[in-house]
Amino acid sequence: MRSKPILTVLHRLAILAYVVFALFPLFWLLKVSVTPNDLLYSEGVRMWPSRTTFEHYSFVIAHSAFPTFFKNSLIVAGSTAVTVTILASLAGYALSRFNFRAKYWIVALMLITQMFPLVMLVAPIFKMLSPLGLTNSLPGLVLVYTAFNVPFATFLMQSFFDGIPKDLEEAAMIDGATQFVAFRQIILPLTLPGIAATLGFVFTAAWSELLFALMLISGNDASTFPVGLLTFVSKFSVDFGQMMAAGVLALIPACLFFLLIQRYLVQGLTAGAVKG
Amino acid sequence: MASIDIQTVRKSFGAFPVLHGVDLTIQDGEFIVLVGPSGCGKSTLLRMIAGLEDVTSGDIQIDGKRVNDLAPKDRDIAMVFQSYALYPHMSVADNMSYSLRLRRSAKEKIASAVGGAAVKLGLEPLLERRPKALSGGQRQRVAMGRAIVRQPKAFLFDEPLSNLDARLREQMRAEIKKLHGDLRATSIYVTHDQIEAMTLADRIVAMHGGIVQQVGSPLELYDRPANLFVAGFIGSPGMNFFEGRYLVSGDHADMRLPSGTTLPIRKRDGLESGSAATLGIRPEHVILADTGALEAAVDLIEPTGFGIIMHVTVHGIPMKIFTQDRRMLTPGPAVRVDLPQNRLHLFNGEGKRVD
Amino acid sequence: MTLAAHSHAAKPLRKRIADASEPYLYSAPALILIIGVMLVPLVLGISYAFRDIQLLNPFSGGFIGLDHFRALGQDEAFFRALRNTLWWTGASVFLQFLFGLILALLLDKPFAGRGLVQALVFLPWAVPSFLAGLNWAWLFNPVIGPLPHWLYALGLLDAPNNILSDPQLAMWGPIAANVWWGIPFFAITLLAALQAIPRDLYEAASIDGAGPVQRFLSITLPFLAPTIAITILLRTVWISNFADLIVVMTNGGPADRTQIVASYIFTQAFKRLDFGYASAIALVLLVLLLVYSLLIVLLRQTLLNKG
Ligand SMILES: Nc1ncnc2c1ncn2[C@@H]1O[C@H](COP(=O)(O)OP(=O)(O)O)[C@@H](O)[C@H]1O
Ligand SMILES: [Mg+2]
Repeated sequence: MRSKPILTVLHRLAILAYVVFALFPLFWLLKVSVTPNDLLYSEGVRMWPSRTTFEHYSFVIAHSAFPTFFKNSLIVAGSTAVTVTILASLAGYALSRFNFRAKYWIVALMLITQMFPLVMLVAPIFKMLSPLGLTNSLPGLVLVYTAFNVPFATFLMQSFFDGIPKDLEEAAMIDGATQFVAFRQIILPLTLPGIAATLGFVFTAAWSELLFALMLISGNDASTFPVGLLTFVSKFSVDFGQMMAAGVLALIPACLFFLLIQRYLVQGLTAGAVKG
Repeated sequence: MASIDIQTVRKSFGAFPVLHGVDLTIQDGEFIVLVGPSGCGKSTLLRMIAGLEDVTSGDIQIDGKRVNDLAPKDRDIAMVFQSYALYPHMSVADNMSYSLRLRRSAKEKIASAVGGAAVKLGLEPLLERRPKALSGGQRQRVAMGRAIVRQPKAFLFDEPLSNLDARLREQMRAEIKKLHGDLRATSIYVTHDQIEAMTLADRIVAMHGGIVQQVGSPLELYDRPANLFVAGFIGSPGMNFFEGRYLVSGDHADMRLPSGTTLPIRKRDGLESGSAATLGIRPEHVILADTGALEAAVDLIEPTGFGIIMHVTVHGIPMKIFTQDRRMLTPGPAVRVDLPQNRLHLFNGEGKRVD
Repeated sequence: MTLAAHSHAAKPLRKRIADASEPYLYSAPALILIIGVMLVPLVLGISYAFRDIQLLNPFSGGFIGLDHFRALGQDEAFFRALRNTLWWTGASVFLQFLFGLILALLLDKPFAGRGLVQALVFLPWAVPSFLAGLNWAWLFNPVIGPLPHWLYALGLLDAPNNILSDPQLAMWGPIAANVWWGIPFFAITLLAALQAIPRDLYEAASIDGAGPVQRFLSITLPFLAPTIAITILLRTVWISNFADLIVVMTNGGPADRTQIVASYIFTQAFKRLDFGYASAIALVLLVLLLVYSLLIVLLRQTLLNKG
């Protein structure tokens, strides 16, 4: 199927439009973060300020609690991603490979967890966690984020497992492996793209979460960066330059992670879909 | 090496019965082929022997020991899958040694076992490759290699050649036979291809609808098929059948066809005169002769090179004839044929063979 | 031959238990966590809907039966929020789906630099939602953002004003941000489904003389249909619960014009600290979404049975 040159040009133009649309808001974020305070409003609508500065960045890094927020976020998002991926691999494998009585109840339970506003859980979770000393602590946050992300991650991992032929485990079991050894040594290595995709998906979700971080944490020591970003609003009477600088810095790990895994996300989902 | 004993084994998936009581005793070192149309339960039976499916009822014994409740890994059997099921992330050598590594065999022992198998199968130059970089035939060999390094009690094969092209299939068939000659390992081989069954088996188990139809040597099944199913399934082109009535007059008998024609046949003891019966004759046993008793209208000629398959109609009944007589490439509109009595098979109303 | 009694002997109890428990062992950690951190709080939260729970009122906490629901029946703001939710969800899902589908189709063709383009256009998904909200609020601000000026130049606005403070147009602000943020989700899922369509189907169709439009209608769409259905269902539910962008960009204003049920719950819970009433609203929303999902699933079943 050769396509006409005019179609090719239209195709590339459309792609370009999408890229511009996707990147322009991010570009604006960057632009504001390098605009000196005195030009912020006077050159508010210019594409690029006449002078640029890194003072917002240096302030955020040197004089704010941002490095702490950043470290906390990294710990929380990283541990959540790893824990969720382990739990979701196990549960997704059970859903993909076993027929058992409670299967449909488990699926139903996981679907229901996707159906209500999580706001509803704030007060009950706070009430349950505070006697355990898990409020105002990073482990408490990891616990909550892990639970929130496990259902979707389980479905995701299940679709990856569904794409891997059952023959492989059976061959391994005949070769002398238990089902669990076959899962670990044969199936998991083949699901690496899926694991990468799940890790990335959960990492970005945990990295961005604001509501529970806000409600369960008070004080800078255990704040994650989204909460920290909001403190810029109150503390410095909305210093947009600094806030955007912090925002750009905070975007970096999430974006890096996402750039690395998005390929696998498509691949992995395709593999799952092939089997249908 | 081991014997395998299958005793009234049944299998249902939920309420859906798939195997209706299979009995089979396999001798040590024997090559058994399970053959039958697809969906008849061959794979299910094989997978139960392997431990991949639960046994609904009945017993499976390996070497006299009941294995119903043993996990596949504890049965010491090897299996070659139709898809080969090679581990994509491991090299050929690692694929072959995986079972030994799981058993924590010594390094030297693993190396010599893998080396030995590689030599036998001509895999030495491929040992470091990933399965993705192999051709279909090479993958098939690796799958075989993975099975033989372990020297298991028995080999199970589930349609191992179905994914190969015809030429390669023929070649691998011969290799499997040679390998079995060398190793003399108890083997159970599942196929829907009756040529594979005929060429490989010490004994064939013909299955249909979850029931064993006949067990015997390939020639027994060919010469004395126990029922209509086996008669039609074994042999290619398939056996010709004529339905009609079995009539005894004195010390000889006749088959009366619906058209009214009668064919003289040998008298059988186990069948009452007047009962419905089916007469069968293989296409290669039909004799073409100008003096033949029957006239056959020629419908179609299929030359295969080796011979000719003629599609004809006898008294309104379609029939096939196999001949190597090249003159038959251009026959007239009709030929005369004979159905020699000693080549005729007779089946009663239930489809069972009557001798 | 062994005795029939023996051959029918049941599996040893230990093995039966081991076999039956295996899938539960795999799923137990995830299940325990979900039950402990989501289901139990959900039940507690539902119970709040029938109690008087006000954070700053030490005398609250008593059971009040259906009082919250009666109040809800009289609550104009709630019904307005319900209508706004329909509008917000419908427009967001439709636009995300439409642009996501187009993007997936564009990316399904091989071209130089596809990997990079794919990474870039999927990037918005990695942006934290509230940061996306702040950023778009900024873009819509005529003093510091270019959008009002561009819209004015295009003749779409009478004057370069902030649409977020215009009651008629405010909802389009969060919707625009949501579409920007959500296109990648649809594009990724649809692209995966597209790449799973066997290529020879298209070749066969071309040989049969089908044009691009016919190929799209007779091959692509039917193959994508199951993915489309499930993705739209999940997204609809998710977006109706998604209040971040609205809270950050407009906080429900101006004049409650952008208040959706989810943000209304947020307001009740954290501005008025009335957790009982907030839970009652959340419960109603949950029931509505469950009914919606069931309807979709039933509809799908009927269609499948017909087809
Ligand atoms: N896991 C299963 N669940 C339900 N039915 C099955 C399962 N495996 C096989 N069957 C059914 O059992 C019958 C026999 O299958 P199989 O043993 O694979 O046949 P064969 O290998 O002879 O082609 C088929 O009708 C098939 O549909
Ligand atoms: Mg089979």
